[in-house]
Amino acid sequence: MSSVVLFTIVSLSVLGVLSAIILFFVAQKFKVFEDPRIDQVEENLPAANCGGCGFAGCRNFAEALVKSESFDGLYCPVGGNETMEKVAQILGREAVAQDPKVAVLRCNGACDFRPKTNQYDGASSCAIESALYGGDTGCQYGCLGLGDCVDVCNFDALHMDPVTGLPVVNDTNCTACGACVDACPKDLFELRKRAKKDRKIYVACRNEDKGGIARKNCEVACTGCTKCFKVCPYEAITMNNNLAFIDADKCKLCRKCVPECPTNAIIEIGFPPPKIKEPADVEATDGKTGPAETIMKESKESINNKEE
Amino acid sequence: MSKLITISPSPHVFGSQSVGRLMYGVILALVPALLVSVFFYGMGAIIVTLLSIGFCVLFEFLIQKFILKTEVRISDGSAMVTGLLLAFNVPSNLPWWIIMIGALIAIGVGKMTFGGLGNNPFNPALVGRVFLLISFPVQMTSYPVPGGLNTGYVDAVTGATPLGIIKEGLKSGLSISDLMKEVPGYLDLFIGKMGGSLGEIAAAALILGFLFMLFRKIITWHIPVTMVGTIALFTGILWLINPDKNADPLFHVLTGGVLLGAIFMATDYVTSPMTPKGMIIYSIGIGAITVIIRVFGSYPEGVSFAILIMNGFVPLINRYIKPKRFGEEVKHG
Amino acid sequence: MLKTFAKGGIHPPENKLSAHVTILDLPVPKTVSIPLSQHLGVPAVPVVDKGDAVKAGQLIAKSEGFVSSNIHSPVSGKVVKIDKVPDTSGYKKNAIVIEVEGDEWIETVDRNGDLINTFDYSREEILKKILEAGIVGMGGATFPSHVKLTIPRGKKANYLIINGVECEPYLTADHALMMQKGEEILVGTMILKKVLDVDKALIGIERNKPDAIEHLTRLSEKYPGIEVYPLQEKYPQGGEKQLIKALINREVPSGGLPIDVGTVVHNVGTAFAVYEAVQKNKPLIERVLTVTGKSISKPSNFRVKIGTPISDVIEAAGGLPEDTGKIISGGPMMGKAINDLSVPVTKGSSGILILPEPEAKRKKIDPCIRCSRCINVCPMGLEPYLLMSLSQKNLFERLENEKVMDCIECGSCSYTCPSNRPLLDYIRLGKVNVGKIIRSRK
Repeated sequence: MSSVVLFTIVSLSVLGVLSAIILFFVAQKFKVFEDPRIDQVEENLPAANCGGCGFAGCRNFAEALVKSESFDGLYCPVGGNETMEKVAQILGREAVAQDPKVAVLRCNGACDFRPKTNQYDGASSCAIESALYGGDTGCQYGCLGLGDCVDVCNFDALHMDPVTGLPVVNDTNCTACGACVDACPKDLFELRKRAKKDRKIYVACRNEDKGGIARKNCEVACTGCTKCFKVCPYEAITMNNNLAFIDADKCKLCRKCVPECPTNAIIEIGFPPPKIKEPADVEATDGKTGPAETIMKESKESINNKEE
Repeated sequence: MSKLITISPSPHVFGSQSVGRLMYGVILALVPALLVSVFFYGMGAIIVTLLSIGFCVLFEFLIQKFILKTEVRISDGSAMVTGLLLAFNVPSNLPWWIIMIGALIAIGVGKMTFGGLGNNPFNPALVGRVFLLISFPVQMTSYPVPGGLNTGYVDAVTGATPLGIIKEGLKSGLSISDLMKEVPGYLDLFIGKMGGSLGEIAAAALILGFLFMLFRKIITWHIPVTMVGTIALFTGILWLINPDKNADPLFHVLTGGVLLGAIFMATDYVTSPMTPKGMIIYSIGIGAITVIIRVFGSYPEGVSFAILIMNGFVPLINRYIKPKRFGEEVKHG
Repeated sequence: MLKTFAKGGIHPPENKLSAHVTILDLPVPKTVSIPLSQHLGVPAVPVVDKGDAVKAGQLIAKSEGFVSSNIHSPVSGKVVKIDKVPDTSGYKKNAIVIEVEGDEWIETVDRNGDLINTFDYSREEILKKILEAGIVGMGGATFPSHVKLTIPRGKKANYLIINGVECEPYLTADHALMMQKGEEILVGTMILKKVLDVDKALIGIERNKPDAIEHLTRLSEKYPGIEVYPLQEKYPQGGEKQLIKALINREVPSGGLPIDVGTVVHNVGTAFAVYEAVQKNKPLIERVLTVTGKSISKPSNFRVKIGTPISDVIEAAGGLPEDTGKIISGGPMMGKAINDLSVPVTKGSSGILILPEPEAKRKKIDPCIRCSRCINVCPMGLEPYLLMSLSQKNLFERLENEKVMDCIECGSCSYTCPSNRPLLDYIRLGKVNVGKIIRSRK
C-alpha cells in the first residue's frame, strides 16, 4: 500500500517539475517585448473598461496614451483630471485639464405629463421600439422608458424611476463615460459641464414639433416660445427647430430663464429654495409648483437619500 | 375606444406550442415505460418515481425562491421531467435519501448552477445519476429482479443486469454462447422482463413513447435513430469479428438503457445540438463512446457517460455545424 | 406532391374570412393625406403647394432619383396643407393633405371599365408609362417597379414570376383581385413579359385558392407563355426568394437579387396596376385591400383611394369592434401594428386586420430551451436563436458572419418559438446595426 502512495507522489512530482520547466522555456522563447509603462499607466486607470475614452478597454487606452506624442483627444472621463495627471507624471507629459461632466436626461415626459396613446408590447428595448414607432405617446422625441441606458451604465448611475417612468441620473456615480448617450435611440442624454454643488439648468425636452402640437402631447414640452431665449443675459440659449437649448459653457446659472418657461420645460437642480419674498416660493409651499419641478426635486431627494 | 391599442413589432400571431406543453408531452411519452416498470418492480417503482419527482421539484422551488430569488417556474414541467428521468435511471429499490441526494445534485449542480432551464450544458438527470453511480456503487448496481406487481420497495430480491452478467462472465473466461443462456431471451428483453434501472428495461414501451413524441413533433428522428444505428453498427462489426467474445447488436440495443438514453436522454433539447447535421454527429459520438465503454471499459454499460461526454461537445458542434443557408450553393439555370 | 420551397416554413391557421367577398368600391373620403414616402427609397418631392386645386390622377409629387416613385392625387380637390402626419412607419412623416371637392379627373385617364387586351407599345414606352404612373410592388414591400424592370447590364431574365401566393393568413385582396380582374392581370403579365423580353411567365398560386387557380388557368389559354402553377400552402411562400425556389428550384444567392438567377417577380396587384397604367393611362391612385378580423362584422375586400384614413375603411366594414386590441396594416405575420386610426392607406397596404384584445398581447417570455424549432422553420437556413443572442450582445461582426442580412423578416421563428421569445425583434435590430456598419464601410 505504502509503495503505491510513494509511487504516486513521486510520479506526480516529477510530472509537475517537468511541466514547470517546459512552461518556463516556452514562456521565455515566446516572450513579447512590451513597454513597461503601459502596465504602469493601466494600473492608474479606473479599470472600468467602459469605453468612455473611445477605446475598447483600459488596456487599449493605456497603449494609445503611451504611443501618442501628446494627450490631444485622449481623456479618461471616468478617472478625470486626477487620473490624467498621474498618467502624465508616468509618461513625463503635460496633462490637459478638462471640465468634469455629468449626464442629464433631456426629457421630463413623466406618465402624468405625457399620456400614453398606445400600449407597446414588443421586446423590451428602446432601440427596437424606436426603430418601428415614435413611441407609445404622442411625442415621438421623448423617452421610451424601456431602460436601454440603465442596461449600459457600468457605474450604477442610472435607474428607472417607477413613478415617472424615466431614468434618473445619480450625479455622484455618473462618470460621463457617454455609454448612455450612445445607447439612447432618441439622443436624450447630454454630457454637461459639472457646476459647483452639481447645480444645473437645462431644457428637459427634445420635441421639435410646433408649439401647439408639442404642448398637446406633453404638458412639459418645450414649445419653442423663445421667452427664455429673450431673457437670457449671456446668450447661452439658442433656438432651433422649435426647441430651446442652453449651452452649459455659456450658462452662468443665473436662473432668470427658469420662471419664464410657460411649460416648466427648463429644469433647475441643486439650487437652494428661492427666498421667501419671491412668489415662486409661495407657490411651492402651496404645492402649486410646476409638476416638473416637483418631480425633479423629488427624484433629486431620493438620490440624496440613497447616498446617505 | 377607452382602451389603448397595442403596438408591437411583427409577427402578430403565434403558434400554440409552449415550454410547458413540450415538457408535459415528454412526461406523457414516459408513462408507458413507467407502467411496465411498475408491472415488473411493483411498489418500488412507484415510490422511487414519486420521490424523485418530488425532490426535484422541491429543490428547484427552494433554489429559485430562496437562493437565486428569481421567478419560480416549477410549473413548466422541466423539473418534473428531470425527476422522472432520474428515477428511470436508478434501481427501483434505491433508498430515499440517495434519491434525495441525486435530485439535489441533478437540480442544484446539474441545472441551477448554470442558470436554470436552458443554460445547463449537461443533462441534469444524468449528472445526478452518474454522481450517484460513483458515490453509491453498491446501491446503484444492485438491481431488483423483476418480481411482479407486489414486489416491495427496499426488500426486493436483487440481481445483475444482463450486461453485467455478460461482462462478469467474459472476465471469468466464459464465452458468449454460454452466457446467453443465463440472460433473459429477446422477447423478455423487448417487453422489459430483466434486471435494470427503473425505466431502461421496457424497450417496447420506450419505442411507443418515441413514436408518440415523433407524432406530437416534440423531437425529430435524428438523434434516436442515429444513436441506436451507430451502436448496432459498431457492436455488429465486433460481433461479426468474434461472436464468442462479443454479444450481438440486438442484445446491445435492447439492454443497458440504450433506448432510454437514445429516446429521452440524448434528445434533451438544452444539451443536444441545434441542427440536424449536428444532431447526427452528436449521436454518432454517443453511440461510439457507448460501445467503447461497454466493450473495452470496466463498466458494463456506458450510455450515461457517453451522453455526458458528448454533451460537452455540443457547444462546439453548434459553433461549427451550421444549417445550409439559403442561396449558399448558387445554381444558375 | 405540389411544388413548394424546400426548407423551413410554417403553416399558421389561414383564417381567410373574406375569401369570397366581391371587391367593393369604397366611397371617396372627405380628406385624403398622401404620404410622400410610400415606397422604398427616397421620398418623393411635392410639385403642388398649399391652396392648389388638383384633379384626380394629377401628379402631386415627383420621384427623387432612380429608386423613388411618383405620387398622384387620387381625388379632385384642394391641397390644404403639406405637413407631418402619422403614417404606417410609426412616425410622423411629410404628407400632402387634400380636401375633396367634386370629381374631376385629368383627361388622359380612360375610366371606362372595358378590357383592352391588345397593346402595341415598345418596351421603352411601357417602361416610361410604368415609371410615370408611380407603380410600386403591391405585395407590401413597395419597391418601385420600374427599378425591378430595368435589367442591369450583363444580366438576362428568363422567367417572369407573378406572385399570386398570398400566403399571409387573413389576407384575401390578391385572391379577390385574381377572381375579378383575372384577365386584366394576364394582360398586365403580357405587358411585363414584353418589357423583360421573356418567353415564359409563371403564376404561382397556393392551392387554398382552387377557384383562382382554375379561373386563371382557363383564362391563360388565350395568352401564350403564361402558365399557372398551384403550390402547396406554406408560409412564407410569397417571399420572392421562396417563390422562385418553389417554382423553378433556383436559389437566389445570399445578398443577391432574383435577377441573379434570371427571374423577376411581381405581385398580381402590380400586374393589375401595370395593366391600368399602360392600357388605361391610370396612375396608381387606388388599391384593393382586405379588411378583416374575427370580430369585424363584415370582413370585406375594398378598392380604396390611396390616402383614405384607415378609420374610414374600418367603418365601411362594420366599424371597430368593442374588443379591438391591435390594428394591423398588412397581414398578421409581416404587417405593421398601427398606432393611430388616422393613418392613411398607402400603396403598400394589402389589408387591415383587427385582432381582438386577448390575441393582441404577446405571451410571457420564457428562457430559450434550445429546442431548435426556430432553425427548423427558418426558410433562409439561419439560426434565429443565435442571431437574437448575438444582437443582444452587440456582436455585430459575428452577426454579419452568421448571415443576419439574409433574414427576410418573415417571423416564422417568433411564431414557432415555444418560449415566446422576441426573436425577430432582436434580429431586426441586429440587421439595422449591421446594415449601418456595412454602409459605413463603403
